Amino acid sequence: MANKKQPVSRVLGMGPIEPDVSGSSRINVDDTERIWSAAGGALLATYGLRRGSFGGLLLATLGGFMVYRGASGYCPMNQALGRNTAEPKAEDRAVDSVEIVKSLTINKPREVVYAYWRQLENLPRFMFHLSEVRQLDNKRSHWVAKLSDGLLAKTLGTVEWDAQILEEVKNERLVWKSLADARIDNAGEVRFIDAPNGQGTEVHAVIKYRPPAGQLGSAIMKLFNPAFEEMIKQDLRRFKQLLETGEITTIDGQPSGRKSEQQSGKKPVSEHAKADEKHESAML
Amino acid sequence: MKALCYNGVGDLRTERVADPTIINPKDAILRVILSSVCGSDLHLLNGYVPTMREGDIIGHEFMGEVIEIGSEVKKLKKGDRVVVCSILGCGECQYCQSTQWSLCDNSNPNAWIPEKAYGDSPAGIFGYSHAFGGYAGSHADFIRVPYADRGCFVIPEGLADEAAVFASDALPTGFMAADLADIQPGNIVAIWGCGGVGQMAIQSAFLLGASRVIAIDREPDRLRMAKDISGAEVLDFSKVDIQEALREMTGGRGPDRCIDCVGMEAVSEGLDYYYDKTKQFVRLESDRPIVLREAILACRKGGTVSIIGVYGGLVDSIPMGAAMNKALTFRMGQQHGQRYIPRLLEHLQKGELNSGFMLTHKMSLDEGMKGYDLFNKKETMRVVFAPQ
Ligand SMILES: NC(=O)c1ccc[n+]([C@@H]2O[C@H](COP(=O)([O-])OP(=O)(O)OC[C@H]3O[C@@H](n4cnc5c(N)ncnc54)[C@H](O)[C@@H]3O)[C@@H](O)[C@H]2O)c1
Ligand SMILES: [Zn+2]
Ligand SMILES: [Zn+2]
Repeated sequence: MANKKQPVSRVLGMGPIEPDVSGSSRINVDDTERIWSAAGGALLATYGLRRGSFGGLLLATLGGFMVYRGASGYCPMNQALGRNTAEPKAEDRAVDSVEIVKSLTINKPREVVYAYWRQLENLPRFMFHLSEVRQLDNKRSHWVAKLSDGLLAKTLGTVEWDAQILEEVKNERLVWKSLADARIDNAGEVRFIDAPNGQGTEVHAVIKYRPPAGQLGSAIMKLFNPAFEEMIKQDLRRFKQLLETGEITTIDGQPSGRKSEQQSGKKPVSEHAKADEKHESAML
Repeated sequence: MKALCYNGVGDLRTERVADPTIINPKDAILRVILSSVCGSDLHLLNGYVPTMREGDIIGHEFMGEVIEIGSEVKKLKKGDRVVVCSILGCGECQYCQSTQWSLCDNSNPNAWIPEKAYGDSPAGIFGYSHAFGGYAGSHADFIRVPYADRGCFVIPEGLADEAAVFASDALPTGFMAADLADIQPGNIVAIWGCGGVGQMAIQSAFLLGASRVIAIDREPDRLRMAKDISGAEVLDFSKVDIQEALREMTGGRGPDRCIDCVGMEAVSEGLDYYYDKTKQFVRLESDRPIVLREAILACRKGGTVSIIGVYGGLVDSIPMGAAMNKALTFRMGQQHGQRYIPRLLEHLQKGELNSGFMLTHKMSLDEGMKGYDLFNKKETMRVVFAPQ
C-alpha cells in the first residue's frame, strides 16, 4: 500500500488535513523514540506471535528487540553505528506523514453510528490501544494511550496528548488534529455516508501520523506501519461488531491444549477479554 | 475437561484442558452429547489448511445440552437439547440478515488473516483453524457457543441424538448443495462424493424434485449406502469412465445439475491425480480440483455446477473454455446452516430425510486418533464421539 503513488485518501476525496510538525516528528530525542520503539515493538511481537510461522517468529524477535530497546533506552544497533539519537543530527528533518485508510459498512442508521463515535469517551471501548479519551470541552479532548502492562508502563509512564476537532458536520464528518507537542503527531478525518439499498452506513476513516524525525524515524515507520495499519483496521472492525451485535467478537479466554494458556479458561486475562468485561456493563 | 487437540499433521491427542466459560453476553456453554468427524477435518489433519496451531481443539459438527447462558441470551434456557450450526453467524450484519450466514461480517475475530488471502473474511467456524476464527471445537466435554440464540436449535422431541447431530453440518451442507444447484422438477443430478455430505445431497436432491440422482465414489460401503438408503443410481469411478457413463445414462445430454461433494482432496485413478498431488506437494497448487474439472466437462449445456466440497486456495487447469462455451452457471459457498436447520429438523422428524445411518462408529474422546484414522481410510461413514 505504501508504495502506491497516489494516497487512497485522494481517491476518496478525503484527508486534506496534515498532522502538525510538533512533538513526535520534530524533537528527535531518545524519549520519543523510546516510546515508538516500545509501542511498535509490542505490536510487532503480538502480530508476530499470532502468526506462528517462521516469518512470524522473525517479527516477534524483532518486536521483542524493539520493546527491550524502548524500555531500556539502549540500542545496540545505534551503538554499533556510532550514533546517538539523543543528539539531533543535521539530516534529521521531519519525515512525511503516513496515512492509514480503512472503510467499512455498518448495518445501522447513520445517526446511530455517528453519535456513538462523536461521544469520544466511547472510543477506547473498541480502540484497544487507548486507555482513555476525555472530552475537555466541545472541541478539545485529551487522549491517553495504553502501551501495555508491567515493565513498559513503569519505564515509560503514560503517553498522552490533546486533540481538537477542526470540522464537524453532524452525521456526516469529523476532522481532527493533535495539538502542539503531541508525542504522536496525528490528524484524521472520518466520514459517514448512507450505503446504497439500505445497507446501513459507510464509515471512511483516514488517519495520518508523523513518525519520529530522521533516518531512524523512516526506518521505524517502514517497520511499524503495517502493524499500526492492522491495529487501526482491527479497531474499526471492533467498532462495527460493537454497534451491530453489542459485543466484541473474541476467542480470548477460551480453553486450548496449549500449556501456556491452560489457566485462561478460568479467568480471562487478555486485553480483549478485559475490555469485553467493560462492555458487558456498557452494552448498547 | 477432556478435549481432542491438534498437535501437528496427522497427530491428535486427547488432553486435559480448562473448562470453557461465558466470555460475551450472547454466549452459551453446552455439555457436548455427540460430536462428529467431518471431511473438512481431514483437510486440517492432512495439512491442507494453514494457520492450525498446536493445542487447537478440533470438531464442529455437534449437539448437546445447554448448561449455562450469558446475560443477553433470550431464546435458550438451561436444559435445552440443541444442535448447533458448525458455522458462526452474528445474526445482525447485512449478510446474516439476508440469510447468507456463512458470510457473516462479525463472527471471525481473525478477519485480518483471510482478508489478506481472499480480499474479505468469511464467517468463523468451530474448530477450523485460526484463519476461520480459531474457535475451540466440539470434540470436548464442554463448548462455548457465541451468538447462541442464532446458532443453537432446539431438537424436537422424539428425534434421536444420533440423527439430530448431523443437522449441524453434513445435512445442511448437503441440502444447500442441492438448493444451490437450483434443481427443476425432473432434472437429472450427478453428485460426486458419497461421504456424509454427498449422502445428504442425494436425499435433498430428491426432496427438491430431481427425477434421478447418479452418485459417484469408489468406496464400496459408501456406494452401497448411496444406493440402498439414499436411493441413488451409483457409479464406481475406479471401474468406469465417468464422462462416458454419465453421457450415456442421460441420453447424450449430460446431467442437468452437477454437484461437487468432494473438494480439495479428491483422488482419481488417472494421471491427473499424480499431476495434482505433485503440484500440491511442492506447493504450486494447494487444492486438487479433480472433481471440479469432471463436473464441468460432464455438465449439460446451460446446466449448473454446485460446489460444496471445500477449496482453500489455488487450483489449476480448470476447463474454463468448456464452462464458458457451454454457458454453465457456478454456485458455491460454505453452508448457511441457520437458514436451513429448522426446516431440516422437521424433515427428519417426519421421516422425509434419513441421517442416523451415517453414524457407523461411536467412540469416546480417548479414542480420537483411532477414530480419525478409520475415517481417513474411509473405513467408516462417520465416527461420532460421545464425550461423557
Ligand atoms: N461447504 C460447507 O459448508 C461444507 C461443510 C461440510 C463439509 N464440506 C466439504 O464437503 C466435502 C465432503 O465432506 P464429507 O464429510 O462428506 O467428506 P468425506 O471425506 O467423508 O467424503 C468424501 C468422499 O469423496 C470421495 N471421493 C474422493 N475423490 C473422488 C472422486 N474423484 N470422485 C468421486 N468421489 C470422490 C471419497 O472417496 C469420499 O467418500 C469436503 O470437502 C468437506 O470439506 C463443506
Ligand atoms: Zn464439516
Ligand atoms: Zn453476521
